[in-house]
Amino acid sequence: MNLLLQIWRSSLGKKYIMALSGAGLFLFVIGHLVGNLQFFLEPAAINRYGHFLKSTPEVLWPARLGLLALIGLHIVSALRLTAENKAARPEQYQAKVAPKDASLASRTMAMSGAIIASFIVYHLLHFTVQTPQVNFTGTDFDQLYEPNSGGADIYAMIVCGFSVWYVSLFYLISIGLLCTHLGHGVAAMFQSLGLRNHTWAPRIATGARVAAILIFLGYASIPVSVLLGRGKEYAKRIQSGVSPDKAGSAIKAAKGVEK
Amino acid sequence: MKVTLKVWRQKDRNSPGELKSYQSPELSPNMSFLEMLDVVNEHLANQGEDPIAFDHDCREGICGTCSLVIDGKPHGPHKGIATCQTYMRSFKDGDEIVVEPFRAKPFPLIKDLVVDRKAFDRIQHAGGFISVRTGAAPDANAIPVPKENADLAMDAAQCIGCGACVAACKNASAMLFVSAKVSHLGLMPQGQPERYRRVKAMVNQMDAEGFGSCTVTGSCEAVCPKEISIDFIARMNRDYLVAILKGDPKAVRGGGAG
Ligand code: HEM
Ligand code: FES
Repeated sequence: MNLLLQIWRSSLGKKYIMALSGAGLFLFVIGHLVGNLQFFLEPAAINRYGHFLKSTPEVLWPARLGLLALIGLHIVSALRLTAENKAARPEQYQAKVAPKDASLASRTMAMSGAIIASFIVYHLLHFTVQTPQVNFTGTDFDQLYEPNSGGADIYAMIVCGFSVWYVSLFYLISIGLLCTHLGHGVAAMFQSLGLRNHTWAPRIATGARVAAILIFLGYASIPVSVLLGRGKEYAKRIQSGVSPDKAGSAIKAAKGVEK
Repeated sequence: MKVTLKVWRQKDRNSPGELKSYQSPELSPNMSFLEMLDVVNEHLANQGEDPIAFDHDCREGICGTCSLVIDGKPHGPHKGIATCQTYMRSFKDGDEIVVEPFRAKPFPLIKDLVVDRKAFDRIQHAGGFISVRTGAAPDANAIPVPKENADLAMDAAQCIGCGACVAACKNASAMLFVSAKVSHLGLMPQGQPERYRRVKAMVNQMDAEGFGSCTVTGSCEAVCPKEISIDFIARMNRDYLVAILKGDPKAVRGGGAG
């Protein structure tokens, strides 16, 4: 307990918390991306994957709570450190020049972080909670069923969701900010944990930037491909089967006929 | 050449300060920035005005006493040079130059451009030392030191403790300074006995003084007159992590062989 208190009280201790929770979130972002890229396979692939993720609550909920804890630790230590940093310079310089050699990404970490956090809230309402009011399509994503299995149709949901251009734009902006956040943050994580020296410094800096750009391209490819027309026909077919009262029963009836 | 100075004037810590404009007399481009201030001050004194207070001592870039944020950059426009070695030839005739004090809560202002940097001394006192036995001088080179460690320790030992890193950092963090002091002793065999106690004590003192913390922007190493590298901050972070994981030494009980 004493050790935890010591870590929390010290500036470097909070940097360790930021770095470790950030590392965990970075791994999640990679895993989530790899899962999402199944969007480029046939619709059944990502639907099966979505079903797999949701099928075991004993794994799903610990993972969700773990992620929530990481986000919580990351944000709380960020807020505390930012407050301390602000307090350390009560009087600003009059000469309005940016701090020497500090990249834009490094100077805007708190801002990019805050926007990413609000994006996560939206994203969860959009695709996980599936609040109909935030998707602006007039369709309840909860009511999209895959014809063959009768399970939730995640593929159709993604297509519907991203066919609203301003929703896609918000995703692209947020992913862009995630890219700048990670481009600086991943390199800083090595620095904060002391895992960096003059041999590794250039590799870490380049590696972080390359990873951030790949993550951006990977995530951006999905809304962009939807805007370019991917899955339009399929989603229309699924959507046309939607009607609050009959969708579920109709599909079940259809399945019964098949048998 | 002539320049217009916009200088931060503040009578003392509790009076409000402001930027004031001064037209310099005719200057030689080969004057140092501090000599230029001397000339301006002489002019002010002759007119019965209070001269501009600024810090200086060696004027050859080795003591770390000079400070000043010149046009938003500590120690002026050049890389790897202190204010005292910045020359007027780096500016153009008719330039307007904004001169401000180092700004950080742990560096309280004393007057005009002079700030109190004793926080750095207190950090040094907390752990920036090694224990040596008095007596006859030991043989030179009796303790082998790997060349690369000796070189790195010398790089860190270049730090003159001026505080430009704090002044430049958007978080007013002193981590470049503290990491240089931690590293230059921690890299040498003579510094090993206190290595982990040192890093803990110095970092804790740094926190107690109210400095911010590093967000790896790199401004500190960009303005450092001795070009200390932020690689030393990684080294300090590593040592501090080991130090807190090791925990405090086991309490010593009384008794024993006596
Ligand atoms: C094009 C970009 C993205 C797509 C298509 C996408 C898609 C999805 C989908 C479909 C779900 C719901 C999974 C389900 O419940 O079946 C989900 C959940 C989630 N996404 Fe994304 N996502 C994207 C970008 C991101 C980014 C950039 C982040 C992080 C910063 C993120 C963080 C999350 C989180 C935290 C969850 C909740 C996981 C859980 O169920 O506990 N997503 N995403
Ligand atoms: S006056 Fe000594 S370093 Fe500038």
